[in-house]
Amino acid sequence: MHPFTYTKATDTREALNAGRRGGRYIAGGTTLVDLMRETVEHPGTLVDISALPLREVTVTMSGGLRVGALVRMAEAAAHPKVRALYPVISQALELSASAQLRNMASIGGNIMQRTRCTYFRDVTADCNKREPGTGCAALHGYNRSHAILGTSDSCVATHPSDLAVALAALEATVHLLGPDGERTVPFADFLLQPGNTPNREQDLKPGELITAVQIPAHPRPLKSGYLKVRDRQSYEFALTSAAVALHIRGGVIREAKVAVGGVGTVPWKLPAVEQALVGERPSDRLWAEAVGHAADGARPLTHNRFKTELLKRTVERQLSTIGGTA
Amino acid sequence: MSTERPDSAVPPTAESCSAPSRRTFIATTTALGGVVVAGGMVAAPPPLGAEKAVAAGAPPGGSVSLTVNGVRHTVTIDNRTSLLDLLREHLDLTGSKKGCNAGACGACTVLVDGRRVNSCLTLAVRLEGAEVTTIEGLEKGDRLHPLQQAFIDQDAFQCGFCTPGQIVSGVGCIQEGHTGSPEEIREWMSGNLCRCGCYVKIVRAVEQTAERK
Repeated sequence: MHPFTYTKATDTREALNAGRRGGRYIAGGTTLVDLMRETVEHPGTLVDISALPLREVTVTMSGGLRVGALVRMAEAAAHPKVRALYPVISQALELSASAQLRNMASIGGNIMQRTRCTYFRDVTADCNKREPGTGCAALHGYNRSHAILGTSDSCVATHPSDLAVALAALEATVHLLGPDGERTVPFADFLLQPGNTPNREQDLKPGELITAVQIPAHPRPLKSGYLKVRDRQSYEFALTSAAVALHIRGGVIREAKVAVGGVGTVPWKLPAVEQALVGERPSDRLWAEAVGHAADGARPLTHNRFKTELLKRTVERQLSTIGGTA
Repeated sequence: MSTERPDSAVPPTAESCSAPSRRTFIATTTALGGVVVAGGMVAAPPPLGAEKAVAAGAPPGGSVSLTVNGVRHTVTIDNRTSLLDLLREHLDLTGSKKGCNAGACGACTVLVDGRRVNSCLTLAVRLEGAEVTTIEGLEKGDRLHPLQQAFIDQDAFQCGFCTPGQIVSGVGCIQEGHTGSPEEIREWMSGNLCRCGCYVKIVRAVEQTAERK
């Protein structure tokens, strides 16, 4: 690990001042400390933001939910309002990492976490995300866990967060505070596809800080849940995953929100599947038909061709679980 | 480094002695590239982590005061020091184990302010005012913690390397109330790996302790 200076911000202004001078924010630290030890990350200054007042979960005026950036994963998952309003968020969180890590990691940090691509984490390997211009060792390397959607010739790494898949499905927004004030970014625009600049991963300006994520109100009743498919039953990243939320009234699907994980360079929303569901009555046949276009545009690599079919089946299973077959 | 405990004021060393402890023996032989030196007559380098060995000059550091197992310590440390290294290398609390040093195995699990965490991913300099409980802090006087006793009753370990982390994590799991079924225990203990494969008995030990609570 490279040496670094450490400062603990006592308030938001102090944090932003340190951030503007190039300091790197640290919350739970579960990703950052790990990557610093691997020398993938080597910030000169860490700015500890754990004392900032960003730990509240509140129901918004419209009936949505605002989760402070420093709320721990375990706290958010267990929060009665989160469990009641958005089970898909609780489930995505509780299927992530381990109990210890969920006690440390924050909501803001979770969506900022970096890819688990082994070549990214190996400083001797070529990686455009870590060292722009060096190439992508995964493209023709061992790429079983890599992305099939949103890839480029520069990078095929997946975004590892389960929470981000649920937030993408629910069309959340990310609330930011920076030297130039506050702004709000739709979740779909916050995480960036690699293109030619895989080193640039978020729509964040220098010194900007995530203060909260906000989930908009959705028509009720809303049934939602998260399915994660992986090599072992627990404590593993997704091969594929599906976040599904359905508003069914009068036996008809009025609103459908679907996103998938483990397959994209960013959490992957499936508007074609959503459109195929709205206005229809739940049935096994509908689920099977709707996922027909779930993997459109997929570009499988040597070792992850199985993901195209697995992705469809994962979505179909989760649609059936949430929507039933009435 | 200063501390209120005079016995832990001296950093550990591994100067060769005629009767090396298991730990200094391992540290010494590891530092020598795993070559076992008979007689222990070789002056070995101190068993410092590579991180500290690199730290020529004065790397940035700071002072932090925290309570470990009820004892207040004030230590001056390199900013890079993990809580695990603080416990093991500075405070001589070697119960918490360094398995993966990457948050993947759980052998380093301790309680910080009552929450189970991976001490290997926790920067010690951030713990001003924190209350830390390690495996060494679980017993009350001469009485083992009920979960420690349950691990013995259930024969829940073989090599024992993961056991301190398993037990501290189990204490956290029980406190959190995730012991409703063997399946629930397995899921909520999944952050602790056991290479010997004692999972069935570990789950029984947690179950036994939760039932008697």
